[in-house]
Amino acid sequence: MSVKVSMKVNGKPAAAEVEARTLLVTFIRENLRLTGTHVGCDTAQCGACTVLMNGRAIKSCSIVAMQAEGADIMTIEGVAKPDGTLHPMQQAFKENHGLQCGFCTPGMVMNALDFAKSHPNCTEKEVRESLEGNLCRCTGYHNIVKSIMAGARAMGGKI
Amino acid sequence: MNAPLIGARIQRKEDYRFLTGAGQYTDDVALPRQSHAAFLRSPHAHAKIRKVSIDQAKSAPGVLAVYTGADLAAAKVGGLPCGWLITDVNGQPMKEPPYPALAQGKVRHVGERVAVVVAETAAQARDAAELIDVDYEVLPAVTDGTKAKGGSALHEVAPDNTCYVWALGDKAAVDAAFSKAAHVTKLEFVNNRLVPNAIEPRAANASYSRAEDGYTLYVASQNPHVERLLMTAFVLGLPENKVRVVAPDVGGGFGSKIYLYPEDVVVTWASKQLNRPVKWTSDRSEAFLSDAHGRDHVTLAELALDKNGKFLAMRVRTNANLGAYLSTFASCIPTILYATLLAGQYTTPLIYCEVTAVFTNTTPVDAYRGAGRPEATYVVERLVETAARELKLDPVEIRRRNFIKTFPYQTPVALCYDTGNYEATLSAALDIANVGGFQKRKEESLKKGKLRGIGYACYIEACGIAPSNVAGSLGARAGLFEAGEIRVHPTGTVTVFTGSHSHGQGHETTFAQVVADRLGLPIEAVEIVHGDTSKILFGMGTYGSRSLAVGGTAIVKALDKIVAKGKKIAAHLMEAAEADIEYDRGVFKVAGTDKQKAFGEVAFAAYVPHNYPLDKLEPGLNENAFYDPTNFTFPAGTYVCEVEVDRDTGTTEIASFTAVDDFGKVINPMIVEGQVHGGLAQGIGQALTEGCRYDDSGQLLTGSLADYSIPRAADVPTFKIDTRETPCTHNPLGVKGCGEAGAIGAPAAVINAITDALGVNDLAMPATAQTVWRTLQKKAA
Repeated sequence: MSVKVSMKVNGKPAAAEVEARTLLVTFIRENLRLTGTHVGCDTAQCGACTVLMNGRAIKSCSIVAMQAEGADIMTIEGVAKPDGTLHPMQQAFKENHGLQCGFCTPGMVMNALDFAKSHPNCTEKEVRESLEGNLCRCTGYHNIVKSIMAGARAMGGKI
Repeated sequence: MNAPLIGARIQRKEDYRFLTGAGQYTDDVALPRQSHAAFLRSPHAHAKIRKVSIDQAKSAPGVLAVYTGADLAAAKVGGLPCGWLITDVNGQPMKEPPYPALAQGKVRHVGERVAVVVAETAAQARDAAELIDVDYEVLPAVTDGTKAKGGSALHEVAPDNTCYVWALGDKAAVDAAFSKAAHVTKLEFVNNRLVPNAIEPRAANASYSRAEDGYTLYVASQNPHVERLLMTAFVLGLPENKVRVVAPDVGGGFGSKIYLYPEDVVVTWASKQLNRPVKWTSDRSEAFLSDAHGRDHVTLAELALDKNGKFLAMRVRTNANLGAYLSTFASCIPTILYATLLAGQYTTPLIYCEVTAVFTNTTPVDAYRGAGRPEATYVVERLVETAARELKLDPVEIRRRNFIKTFPYQTPVALCYDTGNYEATLSAALDIANVGGFQKRKEESLKKGKLRGIGYACYIEACGIAPSNVAGSLGARAGLFEAGEIRVHPTGTVTVFTGSHSHGQGHETTFAQVVADRLGLPIEAVEIVHGDTSKILFGMGTYGSRSLAVGGTAIVKALDKIVAKGKKIAAHLMEAAEADIEYDRGVFKVAGTDKQKAFGEVAFAAYVPHNYPLDKLEPGLNENAFYDPTNFTFPAGTYVCEVEVDRDTGTTEIASFTAVDDFGKVINPMIVEGQVHGGLAQGIGQALTEGCRYDDSGQLLTGSLADYSIPRAADVPTFKIDTRETPCTHNPLGVKGCGEAGAIGAPAAVINAITDALGVNDLAMPATAQTVWRTLQKKAA
């Protein structure tokens, strides 16, 4: 069974005819060719597929595209300014070496954006707890935690 | 004048693309007329295949083809080769059973590939794979390496499931030393089986061009040239020049992406059959079943000491579980990269190690971050710590009494350490960890009802395996050099081609720092290219923490040639003698004069040779070099771990972790620290949370990230780390390698700390809350 889905992705309308079982992440990666959102597992553990849906971080592997009908989605491709200037959270990851292979990074940044808007002065413990749903195998989290704390302060509670 | 770049915390050149979603990993590559493959995998650990019925799958929607082992056999597709021949204690070659890309008549582990479906979409391929009907005759399985010998035989060539029994050292001398020892410490260890779990799952996307009669394979690989060599020469029988292998952005490897895998072979072969690009991307469940695992040793280890705690001899007997087939470098990990490290940082004069490597009905085991060296370090450092407790010596003091202090040092297990300063890293670690304050902290913990323990690990590792001729004499079937090329463009910018591969290590930055510093150019003028056999002259890839020590040195050699040629050109341009030309940070100067030419002017003259010594010199400024090291490098360091154990729940918290490493010269401290952090987390994962388990029938019990626990952010602490530098003596950069140290030293430090807290000597990894709680109950009983 195929269905038509339409939503806003990174501020632009996006629509396609897809199989009903199509996951949101598959729609984003395959139909829209926005390949910055990654798939690292099949049990909703790793968080590499995290995007913002109506401003909240969700795992795009865990809902079908239909469930995002009419939603406002932001992926990693929509985070920097249109002129290419990095968002303060992205800049914080760069300055604090919060990424190595880069594969978990988009999910880390998207999750951090949602977390930081309500935790501008977060503690290390809060940041580590906020990463419960995001796995990284390269960094040992040390510099991701530093990045998110720095990024949250730079954001001042606003995405 | 530019600020020195060596030793500078330069932010990474690669980060912008990763932070904006512009990275290009293998699964991101979509080719025109792309098709998709799905593999049908064995649900049984050991079974004969009576019949494979594919008709229903073939007629399913979107299906282009279904292939089985019979199709590959008919097409004369060979088995996967092993890259290292081990000779056993009787002088016989190890047993090398066939390793077919798709099962031939029998399956030997859960997850083995039985058939492949290629379809228009990935979903259609998966749907159709479920329609394949396989008639299996299930056989008894063996998963425990120590029971392999009496188990049902996996392979005809190895009826007792033994690949080899191998030994290193003088057994008679070691036995004699033990018989005279004042004290013997004896422990049995299990070095738990681990699943690497790079967050990017493996992927391969192959296409065939009729116009070129050639193939292109995009693959998540740590070493594209090795992948090409093995696949063309040993499996598909293709001319190497007709195959291009590209390893684009790769999302972590940790060893698991070194090897040639059956899926890579199958999609490459199928792309020509179908004249369509064929892509396969692993999901995590498949990764657990099919990516090479790591470790899985059972070891009986003994240390003989005199009454003063001086080590007299070590005797080690290890059973190494290789899994169902020989993965690419499986055979050298529990031998050449394990037994040779058993001297550690100590002067133990006599060491004997015997390794029995066996086949079992489990996923093949190969190198995983550290590869043999974590297993060796675990043996040595658990023994040393336990010996200190038994002799009532301070664990720091017993190490100091036995440290190697003069270099070069020839160990009794073949390696010759060129340099080191173990006291320097030890004393720095003791300071940073504030070991003097431990008793007070322990008392405070006790007030909260928590048991506090401290543990140490003084590790040594051997990086940049070399030289090729020695490795060859030990059975290596590959060279262990590296290649690099410097292409200076007419405008004076530089492209560097390296055979090393970066999958998180930041080579695009570190290597650019080396080149920009040596040439005196801005770092923006230097571009690093890696991971494409059509661009890079040759390469052995990245593993064993070799990239900078071996790959970086090849680049330095090529740079020296660039400067040497530049001097000839500059001498002509300035009408001076070549011997009078000096190169200093971007400028060729005539010594003792104010005459000079910028690097860019010389480059331009090389490509627009109007005023140029064409009779003596070729135009252009492009040089390459191959470098084969004369020895391994030997990073070393001390790790100090403090834990707090909850007596009621058995939960262990890492209260602090201090790591002081000697990696030789550090090019970019920020990147080096990041490598240490990541290694430590994996080592802590091995110690506390990670353990791959099979049931007796060979079913994988830990087959997802919900069942196999890799550390999360709240499981690891903020690390306290520092470095000390004793430069490597045999490469021009003085570098040693930093990628694996954390995973090598951490497990022993953590377990030494927990056993200290509990007051026991035996504790299995992973020391989960349940394991620790049971240990406490047993002790109390």
